[in-house]
Amino acid sequence: MNRTLTRLALGIGAPLLALVAAFAITSLVLIIASDPVGDVWSTILSVPETRNLANIINNASVLYLSGLAVAIGFRMNLFNIGVDGQYRVAAFTAAAVAGEAWLPGYLNTALAILAAMLVGAAWAGIAGLLRATRGVSEVISTIMLNFISTGIVAYLLRRVAVREQGSNSLGTKEIPEGSRIPSFPIGDGPGQELYGFLVIAVLAGIGYWFVLNRTRFGFDLRATGQSTTAAVASGISVKKMIVTAMLISGAVAGLVGLPILFGDAYTYGSTFQSGLGFAGIAIALLGRNHPVGIALGALLFAFLDEQSNPLQILVGVSPDIVAITQGVIVLTVVISYELVRRYAVRLEQQQVARALAPSEPRPPAGGSPSGEPEEVKA
Amino acid sequence: MSVPAPTATAAPVQKTGPRRRLPRYWLPLGLLGVLAALSLLEIVTGANDLTSSGTLMATLVATVPIMLAALGGLWSERAGVVNIGLEGMMILGTYGAGYFGYHYGAWAGVAGAIAMGVLGGLIHAIATVSFGVDHIISGVAINIIALGAVQYLATLTFAGLPGGGQTQSPKIPDVPSLTVGPLSDALFDLERKDIFVLSELAALARALVTNLSVLVVIALLLLLLTYFLLWRTSFGLRLRSVGESPAAAESLGVKVMRYKFVAVLVSGGLAGLAGGFLAMVASSNYRDGQTGGRGYIGLAAMIFGNWRPGGLLMGSGLFGYTETLGLRQGGTSVHALLLTLAVLALAAGVWQLRRGQQVAAAVTVTLGVLIGVVYFLIDEVPGDFTRMTPYVITLLVLAFASQRLRMPAADGQTYRKGSAG
Repeated sequence: MNRTLTRLALGIGAPLLALVAAFAITSLVLIIASDPVGDVWSTILSVPETRNLANIINNASVLYLSGLAVAIGFRMNLFNIGVDGQYRVAAFTAAAVAGEAWLPGYLNTALAILAAMLVGAAWAGIAGLLRATRGVSEVISTIMLNFISTGIVAYLLRRVAVREQGSNSLGTKEIPEGSRIPSFPIGDGPGQELYGFLVIAVLAGIGYWFVLNRTRFGFDLRATGQSTTAAVASGISVKKMIVTAMLISGAVAGLVGLPILFGDAYTYGSTFQSGLGFAGIAIALLGRNHPVGIALGALLFAFLDEQSNPLQILVGVSPDIVAITQGVIVLTVVISYELVRRYAVRLEQQQVARALAPSEPRPPAGGSPSGEPEEVKA
Repeated sequence: MSVPAPTATAAPVQKTGPRRRLPRYWLPLGLLGVLAALSLLEIVTGANDLTSSGTLMATLVATVPIMLAALGGLWSERAGVVNIGLEGMMILGTYGAGYFGYHYGAWAGVAGAIAMGVLGGLIHAIATVSFGVDHIISGVAINIIALGAVQYLATLTFAGLPGGGQTQSPKIPDVPSLTVGPLSDALFDLERKDIFVLSELAALARALVTNLSVLVVIALLLLLLTYFLLWRTSFGLRLRSVGESPAAAESLGVKVMRYKFVAVLVSGGLAGLAGGFLAMVASSNYRDGQTGGRGYIGLAAMIFGNWRPGGLLMGSGLFGYTETLGLRQGGTSVHALLLTLAVLALAAGVWQLRRGQQVAAAVTVTLGVLIGVVYFLIDEVPGDFTRMTPYVITLLVLAFASQRLRMPAADGQTYRKGSAG
């Protein structure tokens, strides 16, 4: 009873400590810059209105998919920085395919989603193949592929684009009404609607959990990620795993832009939201590659983004301040988990020492040298 | 509970017996060879901007920031700390140059850029060395923090200044640059005579004596200094031993943590200077998004250069050159490069075939033929594609070269004091 309580307290303690530390550091920056600290926090931490709440959840669904895509790579010890390029290539493809409307209604939507996943997978697969066959670090190749995708999308956009009336931004053909994914309302005003794609994001999360924790493939993937030598010894083809992991990561990355595309924008233009892939890296790290953790991370990031929007108008502080908070959280989460873990190890050692005390005249002191090597690797 | 371990790794290195070292004169000889090849290419394809002194001057300006970032990466990775936060430290550097340069003059700008970079390095060092945070996580966090901090600070400090705003600083005074007037003119005459190789040499020499920023000279000196410090002094030997085997180093009395700390701080300073260079020489003020991912590219150049100073210079040079070509008369220049690529790919294919790698050879030859077909089908490469040149080239070169790369053995691993046992 007491032990579960301690464990629970420690579990909540780590992220709480991280949040408090991040807020403290951000406050310090604000104080040094002599900006109104109190006003900033009361704006950001105010209860969001329904419209803002809808925005937060919608943006979180996008960030969630991005975080998942990165996390799949992480579980396999692959660092897919290329989610950014993958989702842009994929979202463009989906928009172009859906805009052509070769199939009626939702068949068209399904086709577009499939196309996006395939293109995302193929784009990430290039990096996977280069890593498996030529030993090119996927960090470098995916960064290069990000830049290349910018050029290719810009070129293709100019090829297939139709000019929107009354504006000079380029975009693909608008997706027909019947193929859009309907939003479901959470209030009765305008803008108080959640993307229908949210369901797919949740399903992706469940699928991620299931595949990794309940299938042979997931076991192989995690095993390869934790120890290549052990994986080889148990008959796993590491090269195959690298390519497969990148393909899946890319396929999920292909979904990232789609909530926006099918729920809001209906066209891929030169102003389509960018940088979602990099946010995904931070969120995957924040959520420690756990499907629920990533969801919480995505919600937190979306919350901070949305709530900081009116800062400039209300208190005259640049909303970019929350980027500092977001970055610091990524760091403090890791540090505080480590601190809490060390503390928990010490607690346990004390408990063991106390339990052994009657039989031994003197318990081994703290047991720290023997516990050390294991601690370093965890 | 699994924290991703850093993976800026090449695949397992193949054992290929004792490595042959290149002779000492390979750099000038190689450069001469490249110039001759480019000269030949100009004659064959009719593209005439490949080796003009203008291109080479621009190449120098494009190369230096990437080289400085790569140098920063070299320092920290040689001490075993992966530094993906180079981008963030560069961003901090651009702001430092903008703020201190505007208020206190050009050299203060340089110092400010370095100081801001060191600040980024300090965060990275505290996180990775003191707290044992995974290097990639810390680097990603620094990139986010730096971008946010700089945008926040720019709004705070530049808005309302003459020529300044939320996304840019006022104009920064220039760092002095050197020109040897008469020599420059004489070389320009020689360059325009279009003599095989000689004109190319003249163009290269002219690029070095015309409007050469002092910061370029400083950057190149820093490269030499780094080589000397890391490979010719006991300090460097210890620093590299920390990156290869920290446990062994510590057992010999090397203060592992201190060396890592210093290396990461120097790394931050160099990345900051790279950012400062972008703001002060490549442009004349701080601008939002000025780095454009060059920190990552610096990292790529360093890996490309096999964690060696000479190699990273080549990597960043290749990158700077192709970037410049794409931005100038990109259509024709990059078109001409396609022919080189095709020939190189075919040659590589033949070489692979002779080594008995049939599949690889088939892929390479097909690639070469494809590029060749594209070369003959089009007359000019569209603008969107010329801007991609450096990235495509980097990918191709890595695909052919990366199996020979070897990173420091303990790169990216967290080390806790006393682990030597």
